[in-house]
Amino acid sequence: MKRPMLSATLAVAATLCVAMPAQAKTLVFCSEGSPEGFNPAFYTAGTTFDASSQAIYNRLVEFERGTTNIVPALAEDWTISGDGLEYTFKLRKGVKFQTTKDFTPTRDFNADDVVFSFLRQLKKDHPYHAVSGGSYEYFNGMSMPDLLKDVVKVDDHTVKFVLNRPEAPMIANLGMDFASIFSAEYADAMMKAGTPEKVDLEPVGTGPFQLVAYQKDAVIRYKSHPGYWAGKAPIDNLVFAITPDANVRYQKLRAGECHVMPYPNPADLEAMRSDEEINLLQQEGLNVGYLGFNVEKKPFDDRKVRQALNMAINKQAIIDVVFQGAGKAAKNPIPPTIWSYNDAVEDYPYDPEKAKKLLAEAGIKDLKTNIWAMPVQRPYNPNARRMAELIQADWEKVGVTAEIVSFEWGEYLKRSKEGEHDTVLLGWTGDNGDPDNFLAVLLGCDGVGGSNRARWCHKPFEGLIQKAKTVSEKEDRVELYKQAQTVFKEEAPWVTIAHSNVFKPVRKEVVDFRINPLGTHVFYGVDLKE
Amino acid sequence: MLRFILTRLGHLIPTFLGVTVVAFAFIRLIPGDPIEVLAGERSISPERHAELMAQFGYDKPLWEQYLVYLGNLLQGDLGRSIVTRKPVVEEFMTLFPATIELSLCAIILAILVGLPFGILAGVKRGTILDHGVMTVSLTGYSMPIFWWGLLLIIFFSANLGWTPVSGRLSVLYFFEPVTGFMLIDSLLSGEEGAFRSAVSHLILPTVVLATIPMAVIARQTRSAMLEVLSEDYVRTARAKGLPPLRVVGLHALRNALIPVVTVIGLQVGVLLAGAILTETIFSWPGIGKWMVDSIFRRDYPSVQGGLLMIAGIVMVVNMLVDLLYGLINPRIRRTG
Repeated sequence: MKRPMLSATLAVAATLCVAMPAQAKTLVFCSEGSPEGFNPAFYTAGTTFDASSQAIYNRLVEFERGTTNIVPALAEDWTISGDGLEYTFKLRKGVKFQTTKDFTPTRDFNADDVVFSFLRQLKKDHPYHAVSGGSYEYFNGMSMPDLLKDVVKVDDHTVKFVLNRPEAPMIANLGMDFASIFSAEYADAMMKAGTPEKVDLEPVGTGPFQLVAYQKDAVIRYKSHPGYWAGKAPIDNLVFAITPDANVRYQKLRAGECHVMPYPNPADLEAMRSDEEINLLQQEGLNVGYLGFNVEKKPFDDRKVRQALNMAINKQAIIDVVFQGAGKAAKNPIPPTIWSYNDAVEDYPYDPEKAKKLLAEAGIKDLKTNIWAMPVQRPYNPNARRMAELIQADWEKVGVTAEIVSFEWGEYLKRSKEGEHDTVLLGWTGDNGDPDNFLAVLLGCDGVGGSNRARWCHKPFEGLIQKAKTVSEKEDRVELYKQAQTVFKEEAPWVTIAHSNVFKPVRKEVVDFRINPLGTHVFYGVDLKE
Repeated sequence: MLRFILTRLGHLIPTFLGVTVVAFAFIRLIPGDPIEVLAGERSISPERHAELMAQFGYDKPLWEQYLVYLGNLLQGDLGRSIVTRKPVVEEFMTLFPATIELSLCAIILAILVGLPFGILAGVKRGTILDHGVMTVSLTGYSMPIFWWGLLLIIFFSANLGWTPVSGRLSVLYFFEPVTGFMLIDSLLSGEEGAFRSAVSHLILPTVVLATIPMAVIARQTRSAMLEVLSEDYVRTARAKGLPPLRVVGLHALRNALIPVVTVIGLQVGVLLAGAILTETIFSWPGIGKWMVDSIFRRDYPSVQGGLLMIAGIVMVVNMLVDLLYGLINPRIRRTG
């Protein structure tokens, strides 16, 4: 079996010599789908961010490769005013934008570019706001229109963000993909030429790679940006070979047709581990899968019932069967990789007898309920139907009869948002590594009727997370979030089920590829062995 | 003949109108709205939801939406994808050549293999050859495309290394598409080895996509041959002492071909359906994969536009098949 593989690799290498200039290093990523477009501000999918923001653009601050630590990028430094309402950024000098066939930059990156990138999304009367259908869902989803009062140029290399209220996660928000910085000069030029939409179709960024060509559903080609401010990427060309099927991605990786692949099939992991040509990288995912109780419905308004149903579930069995071992039982609503994770919290033990007792104390007998199971696969829940069946069987043992309900995905999201469920399986993958992005979004009072599917609005918890938004010292925030996690556990609005592991198979010749906890794929800094 | 063609064309108009209704209604019958799917777990505020629905015109009553859609359609405007914001026609035309290229190769292969084996099985009825062809074709017909494709990839691409795993061309070649047909573009590019790469990428998907039509054509040809071979005029021809090859090849085959041509025409629909799976397995950038993605995203304009274009193509092909009958059998021309 090895010889053909070797010959295939050699064939690729031989063709490489014919088709590419000598020593050009081309890294091929078997991506899982086509990007929706090349303006990351319009979209919310990781596939799109891989192809746009992560390759082509930069942000004021970014996440250190392989971690959720914030590091300076286009901003070298920043200060926050005492009242937490003004963020002033000192911008990096000498940053070059990419050159395309229609645009050659005449100046370096400056404050105008930052102002343009944010005001386009913020101000409805901005000349670029409605260009290309202008729908800024992530910007809206992160409540930026309410939060951001203005973005002001102080001088060419200083820019000030003025907020309506203090928001401690602000810096983390600015590291997110929607906050990518565009060239204001390019935008002006395209507006004058009468083709403003080109800014979104033919991207010009400051990032490590520049777009060469895109063929929908087939291939995206980039070359490294020679003038990249942090130094040219070690690889010369980056190719995304779009391969939607996970089995086929694996076969391509085996055959040497690509170097890195995302989202392997759990069933293939064992074979990947034993393959000498492949390194199987692994990291805990920045996600949580949960079963949310609708606390507005009886008897789930009773804490004792929620605690009892927590105790009735055998989480380890779920990890073994649904995650095939590639997950970790969750006790908190945030994953352990996020700062302020409270390891002192004790999870409810699997104890059907005690569960029965608690239910009896709550006066519950022959409870009939439902479990909503998502129709789609997600990293935090690879098989919701199976998970629901296991929970159903566990609850049966404590005298609770549950019916499994499922809908088409859009319908599922809509109905669960409206609170039609008794209990619902769902989950979350972090956007920016800030605890607020889990605790406030999923469990805050503002999220009821939206992403807070448990419809749980608990004053003491809400007080803690709101306070944590306004204090700027990280240590103080850590303390508040730890307390919030304790309150959460006592109140049990969810059964926290699992944090999944993320796997990335890469070929042996790939050097220094790191899994990004935020889910996107970063190729700057990755090299290929000669 | 002209009247025959005009009558057939006349049939197309109501059918096409029917298809617009079906295409419009189909995607709206599936529960879930596009805005919710776009927002995912993140969820979207009711105000923003209403704003976006209004922006896309989905807040209007259905009949009004349909009339707007029909009005735009008459002006050749199929709308813009709500995901990529690009014109549906443009997206369709970028991807369509890939599907056509694959489907054409598949149908040619299916005919080249299916037809002769069908004739042979019919002529040599009851022999091992007949049983063999029937068994293989039944197996081919019942083969789940996804499994079959993956099996071929694992065996020929990953283990033997004879063919590439997926895609249309090795990533090592790069040239701007001219016609969208990779076989032609790779020749035009003048890059050494590009054409060979394009051909090698076509082999497995063509085999997979051709499997079912091949089986159907072989079985249909066999039964049509059997029927025709028992006709009086064939017996007469034999009695006259005509050589067997002439009896089968000229007298029998011409009549046996009529139902076979119908079946080949109908296979165009089967091919487009099969293309959805084949394209997904082989990462083939065609319209099948694009339609599936659009349905999942509830991208109304893309699904409507895609369905309409595909239906239009199937209708035109079937009309051409009808015309072809007329050529093969003048009686149809007269009664049609």
